[in-house]
Amino acid sequence: MPKPFTPKVITANALLEGDVVYLTATGWTRDLAEADVLTDEADADLRMIEASAQVDKVVGVYLADVTLDGTTPTPTHFREDFRATGPSNYAHGKQETAKQEQI
Amino acid sequence: MYHYSDFDTDFLNSRNAQFRAQVERRIDGSLTEDEFKPLRLMNGLYLQLHAYMLRVAIPYGTLNSRQMERLADIADKWDKGYGHFTTRQNIQYNWPELRDVPDMLDALAEVDMHAIQTSGNTIRNVTADHFAGAAADEVADPRPIAELIRQWSTDHPEFQFLPRKFKVAVSGAAADRAVIKAHDIGLRIVKRDDEIGYEVIIGGGLGRTPMIGKVLYDFVSAEDLLPTLEAIVSVYNLLGRRDNKYKARIKITVHENGIEDIRARVDARYALIRPQFTGVDQQMLSRIEADFAAPKFLKGNLSPFQTAYEQDPVFRSWADTNLSTHRNPDYAIVSISLKAHGKTPGDASSRQMRLMAALAKRYGHDELRISHEQNVILPHVHKGDLPSIFYALNAEGLGTANIGLISDIIACPGMDYCALATARSIPIAQEIATRFDELKLEHEVGPLKIKISGCINACGHHHVGHIGILGLDRAGIENYQITLGGDGTEDAHIGERAGPGFSAEEIIPAVERIVMAYLELRAEPTETFLTTFRRLGLAPFKAALYPEAHANAA
Repeated sequence: MPKPFTPKVITANALLEGDVVYLTATGWTRDLAEADVLTDEADADLRMIEASAQVDKVVGVYLADVTLDGTTPTPTHFREDFRATGPSNYAHGKQETAKQEQI
Repeated sequence: MYHYSDFDTDFLNSRNAQFRAQVERRIDGSLTEDEFKPLRLMNGLYLQLHAYMLRVAIPYGTLNSRQMERLADIADKWDKGYGHFTTRQNIQYNWPELRDVPDMLDALAEVDMHAIQTSGNTIRNVTADHFAGAAADEVADPRPIAELIRQWSTDHPEFQFLPRKFKVAVSGAAADRAVIKAHDIGLRIVKRDDEIGYEVIIGGGLGRTPMIGKVLYDFVSAEDLLPTLEAIVSVYNLLGRRDNKYKARIKITVHENGIEDIRARVDARYALIRPQFTGVDQQMLSRIEADFAAPKFLKGNLSPFQTAYEQDPVFRSWADTNLSTHRNPDYAIVSISLKAHGKTPGDASSRQMRLMAALAKRYGHDELRISHEQNVILPHVHKGDLPSIFYALNAEGLGTANIGLISDIIACPGMDYCALATARSIPIAQEIATRFDELKLEHEVGPLKIKISGCINACGHHHVGHIGILGLDRAGIENYQITLGGDGTEDAHIGERAGPGFSAEEIIPAVERIVMAYLELRAEPTETFLTTFRRLGLAPFKAALYPEAHANAA
């Protein structure tokens, strides 16, 4: 039996800044909390195709596993945790600016 | 040091103009990422975890003050006010934006620097002993030949698409401070009957299959060296495996075919290409050698040094730990530690870079070096100037007296920055250094090299650490494996794996148990960790690391 589909977000790096971004219903956000959480496999496949086509905005599109705490996605793997927050030795990256504009 | 000729400058400017146009075409959509990626990698631009990363070559680790100042300017203008010095004598900027990179490269070109071939399957930045030209034990300065190799390998048409990356290191002394036996090609300058020549070692490397290099030729004369190198890389280019990335390095080619087979192939290739080398390279080499002539050493008053040494215990501790013997008895080699306890190994702020540049200009014959151990060196300092230098450094957080000690840790960027990493390395290094600083034990422990890599690729040289730490991802949790007894010097040795790994919380106490065991086990206070390990082997350290397993077995 195939494994049940677990919740995911679509993530990538922004072409110009390299910053980690997540797909939303309308575009891309730099904040994981605002990401669209995908719970249906067919929908995820379709959204991946759309997201991967945006080569003028993002690089390296992939699906990352999350768990849902209410409606807020939390990464299941520590690598995605670091991507969502920034490095641990300096408060750089996403830790510097709490809220950043969408791309 | 070497100054670019018009040819070098023209080449670099046209290359930078090419890349500027490529970046523009990527941004306007004419190039896809698949098309652009190999182009950006050829120019040292990576896309990492949180941002782009620009890796700039510091050939054979040598800089003048103007270049160091420029590195600081770039950090301020286009990055976050700091840079990270790496184990291959490069500097990495962790936060550039794609649009700015062409301007960064132009700013580098103005001071004879570039990021060419700091990535990709090409011959990478040629590294050398960071004490080159200054060390008392040196046969000859390795930098002129390293510069010749840089020129030969840069944009070499035959070697732009090798099976895998290719790293060359050169040492001019018997004591190996450049880890030459862990390079694809390691060169050691040797003297035979008054003739200068090269011992050529190939097939060393760390990574997932660590190997100590093997001697291909014990003596190659100066005029035969470049054709020999060309023959080696050419044989590897054809014979190296392209079917499996993990078996593509020359260490595997040498391992699978045997050093005799490789030697026969290199001999044959050499015979074929030798006539093409008509001696032009030797003319170029002699011009380069003139650029690396030793500075005019000063005769000065040594008493400020003696006075400070006698009266200031903080200066004395630093002098005892961070100075090395210079070939001129009135001089010293200063190692500036970029390993302040609790800070990120190898990072320097733009302020610190400017201070080091200013000190080099004022007191150091305008020379700086970057070591593979991620520290900065002032290679030529008159001893009378040492107190002034120390107090200036200390005021900017650069006076840590820990060179060669337990907190002088090599750490790769790990998962805090690197897209390939499987675990973090920087916080582990920070915590180990902080812990041993609290214990006030590091001078008591003496020479001990800890090297940390955040993945199997081993940029942190963990295999050759006296204590090596490898960070892995075990079922979604960071896990750290310990190896013991590694050595990156002329007695190069791959460390032995101690046993099961430790969590991020457990690894610091585990290192502490090893060090405490060493203090118990050493025959006398002068017996170093490595000597004790060699005398006793892994068993007593393993018992200290895994007390429960030991108790169960007993």
